Amino acid sequence: MGLLTGLKDSISRVTDRLFTDEQPKRIGIYGPPNAGKTTLANRIARDWTGDAVGTESHVPHETRRARRKEDVEIERDGRSVSIDIVDTPGVTTKVDYEEFTDEMEEDDAIRRSREATEGVAEAMHWLREDVDGVIYVLDSAEDPITQVNTMLIGIIESRDLPVLIFANKIDLDEASVKRIEDAFPQHKTVPLSAKEGQNMDEVYDNIAEYFG
Amino acid sequence: MPKATNPDDPNGNDGVQIDLISGERMDTLASTEKIRMILDGVHDGNIVILEEGLTPDEESKLIEMTMAEISPDAGFNGIEIETYPKSETKDSSLLGRLMGSNESAAKLTVIGPANQIETLHKDETLISALVSRN
Repeated sequence: MGLLTGLKDSISRVTDRLFTDEQPKRIGIYGPPNAGKTTLANRIARDWTGDAVGTESHVPHETRRARRKEDVEIERDGRSVSIDIVDTPGVTTKVDYEEFTDEMEEDDAIRRSREATEGVAEAMHWLREDVDGVIYVLDSAEDPITQVNTMLIGIIESRDLPVLIFANKIDLDEASVKRIEDAFPQHKTVPLSAKEGQNMDEVYDNIAEYFG
Repeated sequence: MPKATNPDDPNGNDGVQIDLISGERMDTLASTEKIRMILDGVHDGNIVILEEGLTPDEESKLIEMTMAEISPDAGFNGIEIETYPKSETKDSSLLGRLMGSNESAAKLTVIGPANQIETLHKDETLISALVSRN
């Protein structure tokens, strides 16, 4: 009986591993609004698949639905790592439609704010249920110590998800990568400019190392 | 956004109600009840102060439920929330050392309606906020 149980367990472990290894890991791209998450998702997707993930904009909450780009195969040092990229709406605790009225009519602003709130809720749900790792994108020109960033990093840590912090927008004069490293010293910070394509080799090395 | 009114004030003056909720009281509630209590208070225009804060999972659900309740028509555009960073625990018990526990989950948390509370300053020992009546 014991032999049969042991054999069954061994077979189960092997099949679990086989099927688990075949599934690309879902890597959620998280961060506050306007940190450059979609620009990064597009950069990664274009570099390795030729397609984009979504529309980029300077207006906050352009991404209002989580979007997945499947089977992005990244090659590093002779081996390839397959991941699904999940571009998520910027997380916040408040959405005021009046923030958008400079850019659009009031009705459109109200619709945008409603879609934005649904998108943030969806992003949180993905984080709790559906991602295997997180790329947390921050704007290097902004103060990283905000309540939303602190809360989200805490939520990610509590779920034991592997996380990389990407200090984006290093092409800006006011960028400070050190400010981000000092804010979250417990995590690896990778500087980059997704828009200009700066330091992408280090970005892909780290993605392969952390999520491969 | 309804304003909190002091029922004992004969002049019916509007004010800002502050609810300080003990960790002991929160311990008796399920996660959903905690979040419901916070959001009900915030919807009423109150400032809610939690002695021991929420778990990361509860914070995640608070964000999600807040988003579901934002309504431009009702004038509710979300919450402002501030917590102190987790502090080193003084736990020197054998169990605490064995478990490698070096962080406390307890963290004072201030939550209010986004259109009524504005954080002016925050550091490791002080949260300074401006609260308006509408």
